[in-house]
Amino acid sequence: MKYITINNRKVPFEDEKNLLSVIRKAGIDLPTFCYHSELSTYGACRMCVVEDDRGRVFASCSETPRDGMVIYTNTPKLQHHRKLILELLLASHCRDCTTCRENGVCTLQKLARQLGVDDVRFQNTKEQLPKDTSSNCIVIDPNKCILCGDCVRTCEEIQGVGVLNFAHRGSNMRVTPAFGKPMSETDCVGCGQCRVVCPTGAITIKSNVHAVWDLVYDKTKRVVVQIAPAVRVAIGDKFGIP
Amino acid sequence: MVDKSYYEKADQVIAEYGAKPSSLIPIIQDIQAEYRYLPPELLTYVAEKIGITEAKAYSVATFYENFSFEPKGKYVIKVCDGTACHVRKSTAILERLYAELGVTKEKPTTEDMLFTLETVSCLGACGLAPVLTVNDKVYPAMTPDAASALIKELREM
Repeated sequence: MKYITINNRKVPFEDEKNLLSVIRKAGIDLPTFCYHSELSTYGACRMCVVEDDRGRVFASCSETPRDGMVIYTNTPKLQHHRKLILELLLASHCRDCTTCRENGVCTLQKLARQLGVDDVRFQNTKEQLPKDTSSNCIVIDPNKCILCGDCVRTCEEIQGVGVLNFAHRGSNMRVTPAFGKPMSETDCVGCGQCRVVCPTGAITIKSNVHAVWDLVYDKTKRVVVQIAPAVRVAIGDKFGIP
Repeated sequence: MVDKSYYEKADQVIAEYGAKPSSLIPIIQDIQAEYRYLPPELLTYVAEKIGITEAKAYSVATFYENFSFEPKGKYVIKVCDGTACHVRKSTAILERLYAELGVTKEKPTTEDMLFTLETVSCLGACGLAPVLTVNDKVYPAMTPDAASALIKELREM
């Protein structure tokens, strides 16, 4: 049996593809933005950094587990690094949380609170870009994107559509369809899987609630309700029913 | 829309490098060398032929400063603004050229399609600083006046 010592605890492992999976299997909560086990490893968000016994800090998602490794997941150095990384992510992120659709369920918000980021010292110097509301279902707000690439990989690797990708470079980098086309002019099928993986409010589902209320109260309309299968699935999911 | 001959040219280039994803950069480099820019239609066409998504091809083409979706002028002037050239006052040359040609960073090509003005971070000729190139011909130890004279000369050619 092969072992890794995580936080002074011996944890056995077999053929996990990376150190992060071993850590999570040990029941340690190491939150990430860009890591999804079913997608390729991208290593962008750096939230999964760990420290080894020689003080070396590295991303556990991009590290192969080796027998005899000694690592720590929550040293003061790591706490400092994670907090700073998150502060930098928040610096160029639209922080109008109260009016954001993801308010309360946002992974970025949750982690910022968890890691105690109560002040962002850096100014947002990023150019503010318009929202793409052209699609019937998907709304993209580039100002809330943290460039984790989850949507890019999901669209390409899982759905095989590949509508979204990164464009440009460095601080000008953004996630967009080819040639910055509006979503309505792409091959997007509206599956919404990009929304499922997006850790912020950058990709949301278009809300038609107001339009529906108007129709419900329209005296000239007879209202018939039909519930889509997806709703039953979602409710079942919440109660852990497969 | 670009002419049909453009697609034939693209087919030729694709055949040369093989229709595989890893050929993307050499293919679009050759297309850009041929037309002095990368026609967006051809990027989409190439992406489909070599089996990558249009978004991925766009991602690669926008990553590199070298690729341009806008037609470039007959003379592409690259002014070096690397460290050595910068301290030997390349900024003055650049400003003179912007004024002389009436172009901006956002709109680098002249109306008559004669000149495109770009900056580069190093041309690897620091000993000749400040340096600029016109269609890859190197002009060493430039001054704003020498740059003006060069433009005049190129216009009359």
